[in-house]
Amino acid sequence: MKNKLFLKVMAAVTGIALLSGGYAFAAKNITIKGSTTLLPIAQACAEAFMNQHLDVDISVQGGGSGVGIASIIDDTADIGDASRPAKDKEIAKGKENGVDVYENVVALDGIAVIIHPGNPVTGLTNDQIKDIYTGKISNWKEVGGNDAKIVVVSRDSSSGTFETFNKLALDDEKVRPDALLQASNQAVAMTISRTKGAIGYIGMGYLSDAVKGVEVNGISPTKENVIDGSYILARKLFMYTNGKPKGATADFILFVLSDDGQKIVEKEGFVPIK
Amino acid sequence: MKANARRIKERIYKYIFSALAFASLLFLVGITITLFVEGTPLFKEVGFFKFLGGTLWYPTHSEPEYGILPLIMGSIWVTAGAVAICVPLGVGSALFINELASRRTRAFLKPFIELLAGIPSIVYGFFGIVIVAPLIQDLLNLPVGLTAFTGSLILGIMATPTVCSISEDALNFVPKEFREASFAVGANRWQTLTRVVIPAAASGISASIILGMSRAVGETMTVLMVTGGAAVMPKTFFQPVRPMTATIAAEMGETVMGSTHYHSLFAIGLILFLITLVFNIVAELISRRFRLKLGLGR
Repeated sequence: MKNKLFLKVMAAVTGIALLSGGYAFAAKNITIKGSTTLLPIAQACAEAFMNQHLDVDISVQGGGSGVGIASIIDDTADIGDASRPAKDKEIAKGKENGVDVYENVVALDGIAVIIHPGNPVTGLTNDQIKDIYTGKISNWKEVGGNDAKIVVVSRDSSSGTFETFNKLALDDEKVRPDALLQASNQAVAMTISRTKGAIGYIGMGYLSDAVKGVEVNGISPTKENVIDGSYILARKLFMYTNGKPKGATADFILFVLSDDGQKIVEKEGFVPIK
Repeated sequence: MKANARRIKERIYKYIFSALAFASLLFLVGITITLFVEGTPLFKEVGFFKFLGGTLWYPTHSEPEYGILPLIMGSIWVTAGAVAICVPLGVGSALFINELASRRTRAFLKPFIELLAGIPSIVYGFFGIVIVAPLIQDLLNLPVGLTAFTGSLILGIMATPTVCSISEDALNFVPKEFREASFAVGANRWQTLTRVVIPAAASGISASIILGMSRAVGETMTVLMVTGGAAVMPKTFFQPVRPMTATIAAEMGETVMGSTHYHSLFAIGLILFLITLVFNIVAELISRRFRLKLGLGR
């Protein structure tokens, strides 16, 4: 009687182990946290990587660049995604915790300046963009468009996209206080597509037919122009680790940098690093 | 023996439930302490009056400004607008349900109005950004549809079930004898309603309005999506504004922990907490008075 029960239990356990296949042996976990800009890259790469390596389990979370770097400093994640370089303050805080905030460049991102598709304007100079965002220009006719008020849309001032745009396009000058704030790339694109006089900026991966990306200094926001460096509103995207990546984390980052990984980067609307 | 076992059991249950009841108090204390610990350093770094009275909000700039007056004004305007919408809607429907509706209409209408409260706020926000904002933009010929008015309109609809449900309860609590006495001395229905029923339920209705207000002032996702988010002092209802809650939600995710910006967001939370605390205390005091007035005791 006892023996039979034992056999039954053994059979059940074996069955479950067989059914769940490789997943039962997923021994290595990688946690990725941070920038929402990198979220599509991290997610798609994690899926592809997990298909090749059945023993690795990757969980990807958003939260923003600050969260990504903070999770490396606090050692709550293996990889911290960021769309801006770590600040000196953050690197110093890592040192206090005995953490070496290590930078891995995994992709490039162009920031596209976008307007409503019905707007006749096709290009702006960097100076015009700066004047629009700081409040010196507030009507489209001053930059060759219709006589209409410019509705300036910006991102929340702690987002990586805002920080990069503020540095690259505005030379750190203050955005006009009455600029609209949207909390994500999609929200900016949605507002622009529904507002005739609006101007905004988003990661190039979020460009779609619903909005028009304008030429900046005569250069259109395309991948080729970001890679060859002629498009000026471009930035690097980082995956931070604690020291040089090791073990499964190193394998994953190598995968992102491989041809397959960079193809995913491109497919998600970003620019490969080579 | 059996009785003894039961007594022990009862005592255990009593301890379990009192522990649960006090757990929420513990959370409240914990949250309050966190808000104070993380928020008050800002007043040393920036100064209390510069924080509350400043009109520029540039927390991440190299020469940062931490003035939250535009954010406070944004919250006040949007909430005031929401009250102007939810009070007539909520109290009006409560009066209808209580006074005019047939039993069947009432059994149908009240649960449906209360169902409005169950819709997640992000759905309201999405509805606002996709349908209401473009409509307002076209109808009023505005440059952009994401305005204080749009926020007020949606928050007003969101707060309506709170106002309606509690007002209706208050009207329901008015003893039948009040009405009968009024009819007995020859008052008609309208006179009974305006001179007897509404005054008797007044404090319950006021409490419902204040609870609706604290719902509106604390709402985050919807205002983040539909008010546009411009941190300027509002001049009209038809311009974008940025309430306090939207600022915290938009900026907390990416701020550097322990920075002045981080503390300032907690300080905004602290101010918001104090505002809703005052609202809730006032609502509690009013409804307590109401119960006493009707002779229901405490």
